[in-house]
Amino acid sequence: MIKRYPFICTAALAAAFGLAVGPVQAGKSDDTLNWSTDREVSVVDTYYNRTRELVVMGHLGWDGLMFRDLKTGEYKPLLATKWEWKDNVTLIVELRTDVKFHDGSAFDADDVVYTINHVANKANGVLTYSNVKFMKDAKKLGSHKVQINLHKPFPAAIAYLAGAVFMISDGHYDNAPIKKDGKKDYGSVKANGTGPYKLVEVKSGDYVLWEKNSNYFGGAKGKPTIGKVKFRTIKEMNTQIAELLTGGLDWIWDVPKDQAERLQAQGKVTVENAKTMRVSYIAFDVDGSSPSKQFKDKRVRMAVAHAINREAITKNMVGPASVVINSPCHPDQFGCTNDVPKWNYDPAKAKKLLADAGYPNGFETEIYAYRQREFTEAVIGYLANVGIKAKLNFMTYRALRDLAWKGQTAMHHMTWGSNSIPDASAITGVFFVGGKDDPANDPEVIKAIQEAGTTTDPEKRKALYKKAMSKIAGELYWLPMFTYAKYYVFSKDLDFKTTPDEIPRFYSAKWK
Amino acid sequence: MLAYALKRLGVALLVALTVSLITFSMVYLPGDPAMALAPESASQEDIELIRKIYGYDRPIMVQYLDWLFRAVQGDFGRSHYLNEDAANVIFDRLPTTMLLGASAITFALLLSIPLGVLAAIRPNSLIDRLALSIAVIGQAMPSFWFALTMMLWFGINWRLLPITGTDSWKNFVMPAIALGYYVTPGVMRLTRAGMLEVLASDYIRTARAKGLRPMRVLFKHALRNAILPVVSLTAVQFGFMLGGSIVIETIFAINGLGYLAWESIQRADLPMMQAIVLVLSVFYIVLTLLADLLNAFLDPRIRVS
Repeated sequence: MIKRYPFICTAALAAAFGLAVGPVQAGKSDDTLNWSTDREVSVVDTYYNRTRELVVMGHLGWDGLMFRDLKTGEYKPLLATKWEWKDNVTLIVELRTDVKFHDGSAFDADDVVYTINHVANKANGVLTYSNVKFMKDAKKLGSHKVQINLHKPFPAAIAYLAGAVFMISDGHYDNAPIKKDGKKDYGSVKANGTGPYKLVEVKSGDYVLWEKNSNYFGGAKGKPTIGKVKFRTIKEMNTQIAELLTGGLDWIWDVPKDQAERLQAQGKVTVENAKTMRVSYIAFDVDGSSPSKQFKDKRVRMAVAHAINREAITKNMVGPASVVINSPCHPDQFGCTNDVPKWNYDPAKAKKLLADAGYPNGFETEIYAYRQREFTEAVIGYLANVGIKAKLNFMTYRALRDLAWKGQTAMHHMTWGSNSIPDASAITGVFFVGGKDDPANDPEVIKAIQEAGTTTDPEKRKALYKKAMSKIAGELYWLPMFTYAKYYVFSKDLDFKTTPDEIPRFYSAKWK
Repeated sequence: MLAYALKRLGVALLVALTVSLITFSMVYLPGDPAMALAPESASQEDIELIRKIYGYDRPIMVQYLDWLFRAVQGDFGRSHYLNEDAANVIFDRLPTTMLLGASAITFALLLSIPLGVLAAIRPNSLIDRLALSIAVIGQAMPSFWFALTMMLWFGINWRLLPITGTDSWKNFVMPAIALGYYVTPGVMRLTRAGMLEVLASDYIRTARAKGLRPMRVLFKHALRNAILPVVSLTAVQFGFMLGGSIVIETIFAINGLGYLAWESIQRADLPMMQAIVLVLSVFYIVLTLLADLLNAFLDPRIRVS
């Protein structure tokens, strides 16, 4: 009755209303690429909204000075024509002369100087200041030549300039409305970039519509071909899938593995599993500040490392594009090395280590997590096999990071996306330089990471990262787990290439 | 009557104030609000900056009094996440939620009152069993499951109704049924119970003995009395729908107030949360008051007392 009832009831109602809407006309037929995530977007400004959605839209509407070729990892000119380091803290950049902003104004050195001086000024409240804080200021050297000054040597500068520093027009924020508290409302200024798509309309929390910039210069990004790109907020994954199957959407991601596999089996849409820059790790209460003191003993941390079959979790739960990691970084990041102490799956050894540490019958503890509960539950299962009964405390990210900062978690299963920056400094520079996020505050590690973050010699950097990562992995301050992989599901009409940095490049998508 | 209304209003204001104070302090329970506003990959430095920008570095009481001072002047502040005036966001989304709520309650009443009446006229008959089945299913079936089932058949398989959005009235058919169906059992059972009680009373027997037509007895004399508790329940349920239609709004991607409230809590968007709580409290109070007045209109005994 329960199964039949909705069918009968709704069929009767439909007959009564005489409804018929037919297939949704979207996608290829009206030259609009509709994509969706569960997050609301209201502020369309890459500096005043640093959600993943705006990172994606940032590459649509704006350009950086440089461009990272994802196939080769090489940095190519985009708004710049060439650049050179004058010294360790001074970068000279020459600019293209054929670029126009969406409002028709020409791009030149004044725009670069304005952008950098605005975002590097902490008082202007850029929301992820850590992405731009390496820059001190910029000076104009000619109509299309600028000098960017850094506070101190920062070898990842080009990576950040290519991925996180988008150029805005000179004076863009000058007429920003004043809020009631007297501060300027930078986020409400209408977007005006140089990118392959220009902003048409924003309906707060509902959609953001972009249209092709017909005057786009092309360059390393190439010229866009699809007429419009529309972002829609749809909170529920089942609804996103329903819209995709009925033509209301052309592209979604973050589809759970089981649903993605079912969709793949149906064959109506394209399903791809692609790697991301996000990594998973378990951090331990190394200094014994939490109620559970067991993890102060390295043998217990080693037991945990040997107890978990990371390979099996990766293969069976995350997806084919995921790999096991041994270092606290993503393998695609500069400086990340796999040549560190490794901890293979060996439950017998784990039990012996626990017995040696004084826990022959295991012990009870707590594990905290905030993302993909099933992954942590798998970890709990493996720990139970060796006698560690870990109770799961699943909570919001903010609550968990807050607890971790206070040192109240025995083990926390976390993830980090590095803002898609392909440099190890984007993760080690946050977690192993001392402070609340650092589980160990190991002076030797801190020194090596800080030095690697300011040394310009690539080989020396690699050596320093190796030294620090070997210590982190060897001492098990973290147990690096695996890289995340995402399931992308999109229309068969769409020629779309997934990228390894979790930033879909819609500007290079085409209709088949 | 005026004194009564003023007293009710005073109590309502105190309730709204208390609720807003509790909401304000509760935002800190799930953790640091600055961290909720920051992206996941924000560093400690980013989070500290956000804390300062949005004033979360001040004592909670100072933050609350600051908000209250501005609120009594009609300034509900700006949403930290959406970067818009909280009042504008609410008034932008309220009509959608009102429309959804009104459609759902209309559907619920159209289905439940006739069924309740029929079930009472023919107790223990097939129609009574059918009505009971509908009530049990409505009570037992999670609204998200019902919504997804409708979506599967009407949206995907038959392509009869649009799945998401609010572009036309067709967009509201499935959400209104899904939301309204949840209310149906309560209203129907109340109607049935009320009708059974009234139909067994002396004045109905007298009315019948006087030779009044059965329909007149049923609708003018019986239903009018039996419906009184239904009016109160409907008002409460309508208030619930305005703030509590989170699941349905989420499933059908309807940009309404319930969804906004949920998201604002997740994002620790204090000004937005406070404004929503205040608006919903006022709605609840107004609806309850209207239900009382309607009851008084329908039942002369209440007017006299």
